[in-house]
Amino acid sequence: MWDWTFTFEILPVLARAAIMTVEATALGFVIAATLGLVLASIRLAFPVAGVVVTVLVELIRSTPLLIQIFFLYFVLPKAGIVLDAFTAGVAAIGIHYAAYCSEVYRAGFENVPRGQWEASIALNLSPWNTFKDIILPQALPPVVPALGNYLIALFKETPLLSAIAVLELMQTAKNIGSETFRYTEPVTLVGVFFLVMSLVSAGIIRMLESWLQRR
Amino acid sequence: MNDMPMVRFENVSKRYGALTVLDNLNLDIGRGEKVSIIGPSGSGKTTVLRMLMTLEAINDGVLWVDGEPMTHMMQNGKLVPATTKHIRRIRAKIGMVFQSFNLFPHMTAMGNCIEAPITVLGLKRSEAEERAAELLDMVGLSAKKDHYPSQLSGGQQQRVAIARALAMRPKIMLFDEVTSALDPELVGEVLQVIRKIGREHDLTMLMVTHQMGFAKEFSDRVCFFYQGKICEQGSPAEIFGNPKNERTRQFLNAVLEAG
Repeated sequence: MWDWTFTFEILPVLARAAIMTVEATALGFVIAATLGLVLASIRLAFPVAGVVVTVLVELIRSTPLLIQIFFLYFVLPKAGIVLDAFTAGVAAIGIHYAAYCSEVYRAGFENVPRGQWEASIALNLSPWNTFKDIILPQALPPVVPALGNYLIALFKETPLLSAIAVLELMQTAKNIGSETFRYTEPVTLVGVFFLVMSLVSAGIIRMLESWLQRR
Repeated sequence: MNDMPMVRFENVSKRYGALTVLDNLNLDIGRGEKVSIIGPSGSGKTTVLRMLMTLEAINDGVLWVDGEPMTHMMQNGKLVPATTKHIRRIRAKIGMVFQSFNLFPHMTAMGNCIEAPITVLGLKRSEAEERAAELLDMVGLSAKKDHYPSQLSGGQQQRVAIARALAMRPKIMLFDEVTSALDPELVGEVLQVIRKIGREHDLTMLMVTHQMGFAKEFSDRVCFFYQGKICEQGSPAEIFGNPKNERTRQFLNAVLEAG
């Protein structure tokens, strides 16, 4: 049933694909975390423009990620914007999760007591300094766990990129399977990789969390 | 300009929907004057301070500070609603201490006292720290300058908040029920600091308080608010010794019985 020789044969290929998966995750999450913060901040600072953001966020959250990936990869070229598969995939994942992250940040902002805003006004701080020095440092630490959960969720959705043939883990496992007609080892290894990485990330996030709480 | 009072409320009204919180308020506060505002809850007394700190917009009237309109500005000889920039310039003359302290929890006592002087007044860090150290010393907290608010008692937090407000060199200080959130044994240390500021600084002070004894001893003038209006005002001796208005009498009796 399980062939160890074959397993060791495919490990280097899968390892390269794993790096691709980690890259896609890291880039996707950087987009999600920054764009999400920008979206939430626009909502906070400009209530009128915030309506547009709200609609956008709802639109993104209410449609499947796979459709958004296809949209960026197959539909955007019709409008003259051609992205390679990796870029389109990472952008789609990043934007999709930015919508979720923006809600997380929003909760963080709402969590900062009104008195903090009022003290900032009383001290005549500029809106920018109030945001940067007073509100943000208090809004971020409590939402780190929630952001971490989205990091892991995003990571586990990267196999969707195999739908547009990005050579991440799942696509590579499928390729190995179709060439050798052996799926047990590659698919199991991919599963184990995701399991281990998710557990490790969860551990790191928990450490980060307790470090933030100690401060 | 100097013949103008430090603060003038001119026909100021504040409404929340159908509810009128302040009704056509006219109130002058002189330079260096210490005024206490007393009254039952819901009488609009805290709103007076919050409007002056620009935490609440006014619905009618004009607010003057140090001879200049704050809620409005002069344009071609006419008063027009003030721009944010104008409001910020005038607001720099006012400091406020809150009932719930509102210290920045992620900064030390020192950090709280230098944030605004550095970012708003543009002081160098060393200058700001020197000045903050003096103020923390004045409120008796030199030893606690590196403590975070969560490591301080309520009375200590409130004293840091007073130092933080003074670090901006305001001309007017507002105290909004600053001892109401404190355990009884901590009230004294905060009032002690306010007394000291009154003596040592040439500040105009406006305070909403439930500490009748303190209001009596500290203020030049006491205003009794009732249902959004000044019901009676006068020297502490007049208000506490010989109140003319029936409402004032009732209120003082109720408070003194409870206290």
